[in-house]
Amino acid sequence: MSGAGMPDSPGGQSTSGERLRLESATGVDLTLTVAGPGSRSYAFLIDWHIRLLAAAIWLLIATYAFNLRVDPTGSLNALWSALPAAVIYFLYHPIIEVAMRGRTPGKLAARVALVDRNGGTPGTGAILIRNVFRLIDSLPVVYLIGLVSCFITENRVRIGDIAAGTILIVVDADARESLARVHALASASRLPLEAFELVEQLIERWPTLEEQQRARIARTLLARIAPATDQAALAAMAETELLRRLEALRDGRAPEEWPVG
Amino acid sequence: MADEAELRAWLAARAGAWQGLVPRLEQLRRRRAAGVDESLEMVDAYRGVARDLAFARRLAPASRAAAGLEALYAQLHALIGRRPRGGAAALLDLLRTDIPAAAAGVRKHIAAMAALMLVAALAGWWLIATYPTLIDLMASEDMIEHVENGHLWTEGIINITPSSVLSVHILANNITVSVFAFCAGIFLGIGTFYLIALNGLMLGGLFAFVQQHGLALALLTFIMAHGPVELSVICIAGAAGLALGESIVHPTLPRRRDSFQACAHGVAPLLLLCAALLIGCGFIEGFVSPDATFPLASRIVIGLCYFSVMCALMSGRLFRDAQARRRRRNSW
Repeated sequence: MSGAGMPDSPGGQSTSGERLRLESATGVDLTLTVAGPGSRSYAFLIDWHIRLLAAAIWLLIATYAFNLRVDPTGSLNALWSALPAAVIYFLYHPIIEVAMRGRTPGKLAARVALVDRNGGTPGTGAILIRNVFRLIDSLPVVYLIGLVSCFITENRVRIGDIAAGTILIVVDADARESLARVHALASASRLPLEAFELVEQLIERWPTLEEQQRARIARTLLARIAPATDQAALAAMAETELLRRLEALRDGRAPEEWPVG
Repeated sequence: MADEAELRAWLAARAGAWQGLVPRLEQLRRRRAAGVDESLEMVDAYRGVARDLAFARRLAPASRAAAGLEALYAQLHALIGRRPRGGAAALLDLLRTDIPAAAAGVRKHIAAMAALMLVAALAGWWLIATYPTLIDLMASEDMIEHVENGHLWTEGIINITPSSVLSVHILANNITVSVFAFCAGIFLGIGTFYLIALNGLMLGGLFAFVQQHGLALALLTFIMAHGPVELSVICIAGAAGLALGESIVHPTLPRRRDSFQACAHGVAPLLLLCAALLIGCGFIEGFVSPDATFPLASRIVIGLCYFSVMCALMSGRLFRDAQARRRRRNSW
């Protein structure tokens, strides 16, 4: 069984707040963000709903499609009806985590991932140990021991994680998205790096900001990045026009190519 | 600090390669195995991204490029450090090496748990033999009523519940008890101690109770086929739990946490064996034990054979011999 032997001794490891710094073979430290009890609980709740729903769906199928009934006398029908539902509900985490190498739909949705203490993918043995200790973490009710453990331990881990040598980390940034933007910047934009970052962030947050706030920030930013812009015209500019100008700046279009409102 | 133009030129030169790595990485992550060329390509990419990340951290630490590279580096690190899924070879390794090593490591603990169970059983026997009314604390009303009427509570059970349902119920219950005996070790071994002592106490008490009603032989006949392995497995799981507690009380590594983790990984193969053996026990207890057509002799044979299989698996003899035979054959 892979990973069932003695755990690898972790390389140099230091924790600063929520950040975990690990030594790697290249000599360049790996920096990971430790997931807190909030992300952990969110991932668990999603997984809990999935397994509850899957078990309920099987019970419905068993009842209506195969005419199997759960009855208190414990007949063979009850076994075929209740056993798969129990397997889905109780063995969801070990099965899915082993199959998906520590990931579950809930963890994917909560943007967290399970890694070993060296930052690598956890082995089957570690995942099974982690799940065996759910029995203790879930005591006395609603994972209270596990939750308290997350609040008081160094890397915000539950007892199962301590036993298995695993850590739940936040999947920091969407590499594909970030690197695609870097590519755009390098190939097209003529903005200075810091200005590009600001423009990018403002465009990204545009839909979530209040109208007045985003217009004010856009005007300030445009006045600094493109000082040649007529200040009076800028003050009178509509919100959509401000956004279009910011996008043009990001994409490296010259002022004469800027869209006109 | 390098000037803006230099940084931009560097980004332009490297950004395409990073962007191309992302889907490639995702593709490899989804696959079970990678070829040698692909692996070497990823190792090269890992080194390259490490260099770029170090550069980005120095020149533009709070930039998107640095954030993207951090994420890419972490993904590559996890992919390269991924342990192989061994399949059948890993299973054989588990049976030949990991389980025997784990069993040898907790030999003293197994002996201690077996002694504890025995002492607790004797105490339970004495307790019920001296104060028969205390059986109310150990057995349900239904069980007591059955025994007082001259029948074991197990009689005719397969007329009510099918053997398969009974087996699943029993094996699920036994696995839960064993896993709990193991996990309870985290409470400095005290949890495991109480659990095993309680099981022994109840076993001894029940035997004393059925003996008072002339049913001791009937109960012995009932448990003969599955009992030896079932009780042993509970002791083994308890021994693993005790080792876990000991790793916290007397850590073998500088940090208690590391010692606990090393111990959990060390004894985990034994727990897998326990679960597998309990599945077998569940089926014997569901199909053989309640069936009155099986005579005592055949029950003894089943019980002893299964116990021998357990001992052979724990010592690794069962598979080591096969390995040695194969090695001999290959050397011819």
